[in-house]
Amino acid sequence: MNRRKLVSRIVFSVCAALLGVAFALPLIWFVFAPFNAQADLDLALPKPPTLANFARVFANGAAVGALLNSLLQAFGTVLLVATTATLAAYALARTTLRGKRVIEYVLLLFSSVVSGSAAMVPIFLIVNALGLIDTQLAVILVFAGGLLPTAMFILRDFIASIPRGYEESALVAGASQWRAFVDVVVPVLRPGVTIAAVWAFVQVWGGFLIPFVLLRSEQRMPASVEIYSFYSQAGTPIVPLLAAYSVLYSLPVIALYWYVNRKYGFRFFGGIKS
Amino acid sequence: MASIQLDKIGKSFGAVDTIREIDLAIDDGEFVCLLGPSGCGKTTTLRMIAGLEQPSRGSIRIGGRDVTCAQPKDRNIGMVFQDYALYPHMTIADNIAYPLKVRGVAEATRHEKAREIAEVLHIGQLLDRLPAQISGGQQQRTSLARALVHPAAAFLFDEPLSNLDARMRVEARAFLHHLQRSRGMTAVYVTHDQAEAMALSTRIAVMCAGDIVQYAPPLEIYRRPATTFVAGFVGDPPMNLVAAQATRNGHDVALRGAGLQMAPIVSWPALDLALERSDRVTVGVRPEHLRITAGDVATNRLHGKLFANEAMGPESLVTLDLDGGVRVTARIFGDASLRIESDAAFAFDADRFTLFDAQGVRIPGAAEDPSN
Repeated sequence: MNRRKLVSRIVFSVCAALLGVAFALPLIWFVFAPFNAQADLDLALPKPPTLANFARVFANGAAVGALLNSLLQAFGTVLLVATTATLAAYALARTTLRGKRVIEYVLLLFSSVVSGSAAMVPIFLIVNALGLIDTQLAVILVFAGGLLPTAMFILRDFIASIPRGYEESALVAGASQWRAFVDVVVPVLRPGVTIAAVWAFVQVWGGFLIPFVLLRSEQRMPASVEIYSFYSQAGTPIVPLLAAYSVLYSLPVIALYWYVNRKYGFRFFGGIKS
Repeated sequence: MASIQLDKIGKSFGAVDTIREIDLAIDDGEFVCLLGPSGCGKTTTLRMIAGLEQPSRGSIRIGGRDVTCAQPKDRNIGMVFQDYALYPHMTIADNIAYPLKVRGVAEATRHEKAREIAEVLHIGQLLDRLPAQISGGQQQRTSLARALVHPAAAFLFDEPLSNLDARMRVEARAFLHHLQRSRGMTAVYVTHDQAEAMALSTRIAVMCAGDIVQYAPPLEIYRRPATTFVAGFVGDPPMNLVAAQATRNGHDVALRGAGLQMAPIVSWPALDLALERSDRVTVGVRPEHLRITAGDVATNRLHGKLFANEAMGPESLVTLDLDGGVRVTARIFGDASLRIESDAAFAFDADRFTLFDAQGVRIPGAAEDPSN
C-alpha cells in the first residue's frame, strides 16, 4: 500500500467513525436511560440499573392500554391493506382493463400528493358524517385508505414478475381462476405481501395525526398519541418514564423486523427461482 | 383420448390477424406437430386449444364436444409448458399431484399416483425436493409427469424440449415418441425444430404467417413439400431452391438458371398449366440427391465456387456459391477433398428434383394423380 492510499484510508476511517458515533449516541442513550431512575437528556450509566421506570409505566393503565390500541389499529389496518391490495394489484397487473393507465396514474397522484395532513379536514368531515368519530374502525379505514395505493404499487410489481405460466399451468390442470390465484399466486407472492404488510404496520404504528384527530376518549388512543402523557403540563418530558415507554413502544416493530428478516430476508424482488 | 377439430379458427389482436383462418382435424391417438418459424401463430393456436386464449372466430371441438367458450379447467387436457411452469413452493410430489388435488382426490391416493408416474419417468427419487433443487431435464420430466398424472382427453406440448441441451433433447424426444405411441394418446406439439416434428409426428401442420401451409404425414411433407416455404423449412439442411426460366419447344421444356444446367424435360398437363401463367419456376433439389461431379456431366448440374466443406463424420456438407449468388448444399456420404474457392459442380438425377411455380406452389409431378 503506498502512502497516498494509506492516508486516504485513515481519513476515511476517522470520518466514518465520527459519523457512526453521532448516530450511535442516541441509541446508546436509548439503551441506558430506561434503566436509570434519574435519567435526563445526558448520556449516563445507570447506577444502579433499575426496573423502577418500567414499574411506574405499567402502573399507568392508560399507557398500557394505548399499546394494545396501537396493536389493534396496526393489525386491523395491515389485514385490510394486505388483502385488498393483493386482490387489486392482481387485477391491475393481470387484466387488460380499458383505462388501466388512467387508474394507475390517479392512484399514484392520490397516494403521494393528496393524502396526509392536507386531506385531514375533509376526512374528518366524512368520518363525522358516517358517525364513526371516536371509533377504532374509523382509524383503521382512514389509515388503510391512505396506505392502499402505495401497497398496490409495491404488489403490482411483485405480481408482474411472476411468470403467467404458473397460473396457466394451474388453469389447464383443472383449477378455476380463483383456485389458481389461491394455490399458486398467493404462496409465490408471500414475500411481497410481507414487505407491504411490514411497511403498512410501521406507518400505522408511528402515525400520530389520524388517531389524534379522529379519536376523543383517552382509552382508545394509540401509543403514538399516549406517549405525550409523559410530558408535564408545561410540556417538559418526564425523561425516565418517557425512555422506558419508548422501549416498550419500539419492541413490536423490532420484533417484526427480526421475524420477517429471519423468515424471508429483505429481498426486494419477486422471490422466484427460475 | 379424443379427437380435436378446429373449424375456421381465427385470432386477431387489435387490427392484426395473428391467425387468419385455420381448419385442423386431429384424429384420436394422433401426434400432430405445429411446425413453423417464430411468430407464425403456432403457439397461439395451441393456447386456443388449451383455452388460455379465446379465438376471435370459428369453433373448437375436443372429443366431439364444442369447447370454444369453455374454461381451460373444463377441457380435460394435460399441458407441458416451454419453461415447465413448476410451482416453486411445492415439492415435486405436490407439483405432479396438483391436477388430482384440484379434482378433490385424497392426499394419499394422489401421492400414490404421483409416485407411479414419477417412477415411469425416472424421477421417483426426487419427490421430496423443490423444483429449484433439480436439474433442467428433471424439471422437464416433472412437468411431463404433471400433465400425464390425470387421464386427459388430449395432451398439449409447447416446445417442451427447447430448454434442454442437445443430447438430452434427442433422448427426451425418443422417450416422448415411445410414450405417445405406446399409450395411444392424442397429442398436439408446437415446435420450430423440423427434426423434432419429423421424429415425433403422425402428421405435421406447417404454419407460416398465421396459416397452415401444409398438413400431411412427415414423409409426405419431406418428399412433396407443398410450397417453397415448406421445402426451405423442412430438412437439415433444407431443400436447395434455384430460380429458373422455362422455354417451350413443342412438348419439350428447357429450364435454365444461373449456375444451373438441365436436360430438356417432356412437359405434362400440370406443368403446362403452370407455364401458361408464368415462365418463372423454382427448381428444388434435396441435399442428399446431389453428388460431386468432376465436370464430365453437362446437364442436370449445378456449378459454382466452393464456399464451405464441413466434415460431420458419417457425411460431409459441401456448399457451393452458384454463379447467380444462390448457395446450395450437398450431403456427401464419404470424404470430399475440395479446396475453398475452387470451381466445383454437383450433379443430380433427372427424377430427383421438384418444380415450384412462380407463386412458390409445387407443380405435381408427371406421374402423380393431379387430383391429389
